[in-house]
Amino acid sequence: MAMIEANNLWKEYGDNVVLEQVNVKVEEGEFITVVGTSGCGKTTFLRMLLGIEQPTRGKLLLDGKTFPDEPGEDRGIVFQKYSVFPHLTVLKNTMLAAEFKQAPWLGKLFGAKHKQAENDAREILTSVGLENALHRYPHELSGGMQQRLAIAQALMKKPRILLLDEPFGALDPGIRADMHELIQNLWKKTGLTIFMITHDLAEGFYLGTRLWVFDKIRLDAQQANAYGACITYDIPVGKTDIEIFDDIDNSLDKSRKVLLD
Amino acid sequence: MKRIINRYPDRTLSVLLGALPFVLVLITYIMASNARLEENAHDKLLPSVSSMTTAVDKLAMQPSKRSGEYLFWLDTSSSLTRLGMGIGIAAIIGLVFGIINGSIPYVRANLSPFITAISLVPPLAVLPILFIVFGLGELSKVVLIAIGITPFIIRDMQTNVMELPAEQMIKAQTLGASSWLIIIRVVLPQVLPRLIGALRLSLGAAWLFLIAAEAIASTDGLGYRIFLVRRYLAMDIILPYVIWITFLSFFTDYLLKILSERLFPWFHATGK
Repeated sequence: MAMIEANNLWKEYGDNVVLEQVNVKVEEGEFITVVGTSGCGKTTFLRMLLGIEQPTRGKLLLDGKTFPDEPGEDRGIVFQKYSVFPHLTVLKNTMLAAEFKQAPWLGKLFGAKHKQAENDAREILTSVGLENALHRYPHELSGGMQQRLAIAQALMKKPRILLLDEPFGALDPGIRADMHELIQNLWKKTGLTIFMITHDLAEGFYLGTRLWVFDKIRLDAQQANAYGACITYDIPVGKTDIEIFDDIDNSLDKSRKVLLD
Repeated sequence: MKRIINRYPDRTLSVLLGALPFVLVLITYIMASNARLEENAHDKLLPSVSSMTTAVDKLAMQPSKRSGEYLFWLDTSSSLTRLGMGIGIAAIIGLVFGIINGSIPYVRANLSPFITAISLVPPLAVLPILFIVFGLGELSKVVLIAIGITPFIIRDMQTNVMELPAEQMIKAQTLGASSWLIIIRVVLPQVLPRLIGALRLSLGAAWLFLIAAEAIASTDGLGYRIFLVRRYLAMDIILPYVIWITFLSFFTDYLLKILSERLFPWFHATGK
């Protein structure tokens, strides 16, 4: 049985159709990159995986059951920004998951449990390269380091699914390459199922195992929202070539123009 | 020639420019006072600096003939106690209700319209009710201050909670936090510096309610004293008291600012 399954999934806000006829299956351990023009439903789809939006029609299943209707600890998230807590240092940001779990009333750990949580956090922070910034606050970190922290924080919980919403969109190209390596290694090591939204098509071509393109098949220039988007390309990474890249690039360009005019 | 919006005074000049209005007011006062006193040595309206010093000295350094108390300090401590209690109560109620209102949609739907309505009741209009219900003692004065500033603090805290990025709340849930844990570990620590900010903004109003309450029914306090001596046109007492109240207000504000910067360095570093 597939881990995640979408059956004829639709999402509408009144007359505004965001997604239509999404049919897809995802196995445990896949690393899926999602590209698409803005307004083509990729963030909406991610929000459904998070549990903060529900489909209007069709079904979205997790292990064969309806998706939970609120965020939970089996699905970690890294947003483009605001993913870390500004009032906590790097170490405390990372320890938070352990404190939430073991101290349901105070939310703070003491003594041996505190030590244990701290050691776990240090280990994870070392694996993302933040071992020298343990006692700094997020505002003292660069954009790349903040995203490393957000990833470490999510990993502390050992989620089954990791959702990344344009996590490297605001970073410099050089740092972005470092982050690709980091996330690729983490994925190989942990065997997580990863969904990563990106606006960089090239990113989707060499990261992960599978590339999805969200796009509108039917376009109405007078009424851009009359038709929703679906997954127009679903291709395994590694079996792609420059022709497909150009194809996707052109079709995205076309709908971008129609949608923006 | 640079545009005036692009020209900045250096440090020394900034200080001098800042001090100038104070010096000008002082000089104008002394000149006007001298002019009036020259015409009539018993003039009460603009007392000389020396007569104000004597008056303060009498109240602050010598025990009162009737009660043996140092009235200036008695007034100060009574007023500050009332102010502190009123603001403290308002802070606690404002923090608690602001946070639950901001965090829990069901509570917000239930309480928000009511609090908005309450905040529109002019506090001084209910002062007579407070005197009737709580008597003329300390309680009614403290309650007036609390009633006066609590609605503002609740509404401000509620707004602050709701302005925290939704991403943070979602992130906390994916880390396994319950509603309670989100409130005490994510929301509370982030709105505390904002609470201090709200208290600083309410100081002026708190003093207003304090002085109003003391003027009407009290036996001591800075507000009581200035309204008492008004009957004798004792400007030599009223003016120093007004300056003293202003200073206390300024100093409290400064203390809160320093406190906030010490306790919440992360808040002030990001300039939010």
